[in-house]
Amino acid sequence: MTDFIAGAAAPKTSILGVSAKMRRRNAAETRFKAYGIFAITLSLSVLALMLWTIFSDGLSAFRQAKMTFPITLTAEVLDPKGNLNRDEMAKITTVGYGKLLAQAFEAELKAKGISTEGVSAKELGALLSKDAPGVLRAEVLANPSMVGTTQNRSILASGRVDGYLKGRVTRETAERDNQISPAMLDLADRLVAAGILSAPFNTRFLTSPDASDQRPEAAGLGVAMIGSAYMMILVALICVPIGVAASIYLEEFAPKNRITDIIEVNISNLAAVPSIVFGILGLAVFINFAELPQSSPIVGALVLSLMTLPTIIIATRAAIRAVPPSIRDAALGIGASKMQTVVHHVLPLAMPGILTGAILGLATALGETAPLLLIGMVAFVDNYPAPPMEGMFDPATALPVQVYSWVTRSDPAFVERSSGAIIVLLGFLFVMNVTAIILRRKFERRW
Amino acid sequence: MSVLLLLAIILALSGLAFILGRARSISKVSGNIRDLHSLPGYYGWHTALTVLFPSIVVLVLWLVIQPMVLSNGAAKFFPEATRADSVALTLALDDARRVSRGLDAMIANGSKSEAEIAALDTATTDVRALLAEVNVALGSDVSAESLDAAKYMRAASHSGGFWMALAVMAVAGVGLIFGLSQVHPEFRARNRVEKAVLGLLILASSIAILTTVGIVWSMLSESISFFKMYPAGEFFFGLTWSPNFSGGSTLGFLPLLWGTLYITFVAIIVAVPLGLFTAIYLAEYASPKLRSWIKPLIEIIAGIPTVVFGLFALVTVGPILRDYFAQPLGLGTSGSSVMTAGIVIGILNIPFISSLADDIINSVPQSLRDGSFGLGATRSETVRQVILPAALPGIVGAVLLATSRAIGETMIVTMGAGAAAKLSLNPFEAMTTMTVKIVGQLTGDTDFASPETLVAFALGITLFVLTLGLNILALYIVRKYREQYE
Repeated sequence: MTDFIAGAAAPKTSILGVSAKMRRRNAAETRFKAYGIFAITLSLSVLALMLWTIFSDGLSAFRQAKMTFPITLTAEVLDPKGNLNRDEMAKITTVGYGKLLAQAFEAELKAKGISTEGVSAKELGALLSKDAPGVLRAEVLANPSMVGTTQNRSILASGRVDGYLKGRVTRETAERDNQISPAMLDLADRLVAAGILSAPFNTRFLTSPDASDQRPEAAGLGVAMIGSAYMMILVALICVPIGVAASIYLEEFAPKNRITDIIEVNISNLAAVPSIVFGILGLAVFINFAELPQSSPIVGALVLSLMTLPTIIIATRAAIRAVPPSIRDAALGIGASKMQTVVHHVLPLAMPGILTGAILGLATALGETAPLLLIGMVAFVDNYPAPPMEGMFDPATALPVQVYSWVTRSDPAFVERSSGAIIVLLGFLFVMNVTAIILRRKFERRW
Repeated sequence: MSVLLLLAIILALSGLAFILGRARSISKVSGNIRDLHSLPGYYGWHTALTVLFPSIVVLVLWLVIQPMVLSNGAAKFFPEATRADSVALTLALDDARRVSRGLDAMIANGSKSEAEIAALDTATTDVRALLAEVNVALGSDVSAESLDAAKYMRAASHSGGFWMALAVMAVAGVGLIFGLSQVHPEFRARNRVEKAVLGLLILASSIAILTTVGIVWSMLSESISFFKMYPAGEFFFGLTWSPNFSGGSTLGFLPLLWGTLYITFVAIIVAVPLGLFTAIYLAEYASPKLRSWIKPLIEIIAGIPTVVFGLFALVTVGPILRDYFAQPLGLGTSGSSVMTAGIVIGILNIPFISSLADDIINSVPQSLRDGSFGLGATRSETVRQVILPAALPGIVGAVLLATSRAIGETMIVTMGAGAAAKLSLNPFEAMTTMTVKIVGQLTGDTDFASPETLVAFALGITLFVLTLGLNILALYIVRKYREQYE
């Protein structure tokens, strides 16, 4: 009897306290929830890290080191015959202009009393961009009356000086660099103090074409942005009408049979085909077979259209399906034909959804790189394509491809450029996505 | 006359046809349009279509057939021996075509007149140098036959252009008259127009099929010519990949497949737990308000172009892995590695897995959750023992789709994985994938007669088949799962 009571006095579980097993289960519960929070935090912090690196590397691309000083365009050098004949003046190469620039720079330093100790005359010239003489030459040839005058000009500084102002080049790296020396950096400091060297907003980054390996300071996004714009216009013109037409047929008219089944499976599979496969298709069909020119926006647009088509079809079909059947029944009931029902009622009601899908499809196409590499858009292009229609057949590059081709170059200054290009690209994508969201918010209907 | 101008004329004509057809239908019933079968606009559309459709067909046919006829005509200028050999003939015709384009350019920049062109003779002038002036570079001197053929081509294509314009406009005119003659009050214009529009819709939806056919055809035909030059057995089972553009390459596929699968494996190891836990938290734990913030933020990752991830791999992830893991552990000194590319692809795939899994978890019936809670299970026990088993087929489908995306990913591996084809187990070593090699072999100057270029097509079709297989398998699993609840 006492044994029994003694046994009952120590109950295994109690409703007042939490049992060990329950404690374990609750701990498991907390852990499980923590995994979820951890996963989300990790994903979002990687995203934040990525955007932060891009912005911290790339924002400086929008500023550019420039030297401002007066340049005397000596007539004896630039126009030896003195007749301002453009063809004769064109015989003076950039070397001549380079010497002129170096002399003007040296004279300005003397005039302002800036010491150049430890910097040879050649190194002094190397502070200016290799691109500057060419720009000056083009300017003089376009306007020969400038010869003989003294012009106050902002000249691009070399990529290393630019890097020094932005903190990429330091005295330690300059020791090991054959393009710049610590003494030159000291001089750069004095130039900044004298107001000759400064880093204003870099409009040339947005407008000028690509530049060669040796002059990252002159490279710009002009051609890439035109190329991307041409392609987006063409993709919108090709892809949206075809995509909408295909969706209308599949959603409203297609009989349920084997053929439409094949088309449906086909479209959902095409949406998942790797983008590079579309590049191979473009190379084989549009360039080798149809003999369209390589690197041209028209080929790029055709490839991107085929790639985007499934996405647009899927979005458009969803938008059409969201229009309630009662609308169709009402239109049919008062005697409209099937086609009239679709054109007059279903399409206008589905339009906001279609537009949203089209914009998002275009945004994917704008960021796509891989297929464009195969059709030659990675080539070095430093001429602007012509205005539309012929321009669609001229060589061009695209924004994401420009990012890639700059990254593959050896000079670290190009990393800054390609991060800058990404900021521009992300800016466009942001605008497109926000437009899509606003469209959806504004016109979304709950039936 | 340029094709664009001709198109503009056709369009203007059909606009005119619309107005005429519409006016004629109204005048036929003297303004009382209730006597017409269709609304007047449909008569206008019908007339416009009778102009547009036949003339476009003639235009397209002419553009396709004319070059063939021209090549046949130009072939007569070459000796019998050249004509017998199809490759030599193609080359000769290409040369002649280039010369004729050069002659056109000379006329265009005004350096030569038509009469001077007609008098050109290879014996007296250096035609090649003349062509070089207008930026037409030729591999060899221009032969007399080639110049004659080029002159013939120029003349024929000019007169061809004239006849084409004439034919197209004649057809358009006949179409206009025919269309107008069809306008009667009893004519069922609406039905005709709607049928034509339906035809256009069907055409548009068959483009998807044409694309697939184009993909398969383009890759298959080039792959077949590759396998004629390089034995398929050595390609599919070869253990070394060392292309050599001067010939004598070893093109073994296995190192590339290994690199692809290894990187994909790392990517899936990263993406599946992170994506799945994100989805579970969002679906089962997060408040609606938190969810409406977190979900779009996660989906931003999916909207960022892959080239940005590539730069991230190259500039940030690669050096971090090298400095803090690979070098201290003595595993390698390379920034680009399987880990770099795999981790970054994994991050790219997180939103893909999480949004698919989120949908699948949300589609598990609420009654299953309620039953589990009623029995006293905690939330995590419900998720692990009820929801995940119920959602498993869908999640497997999502993982397969993510695998297929990882296999086909190009930019991240091009920038983050390296270019050395190796069969190694070390994840911190640079390896390469099928997509990297497709880009490598097809970028820059390509020679479509060498196996080093054509191998890219064999890689492409392998990639296509692999990803297609995974997609179909995933769709099959997802569909089968859906049937259980409906």
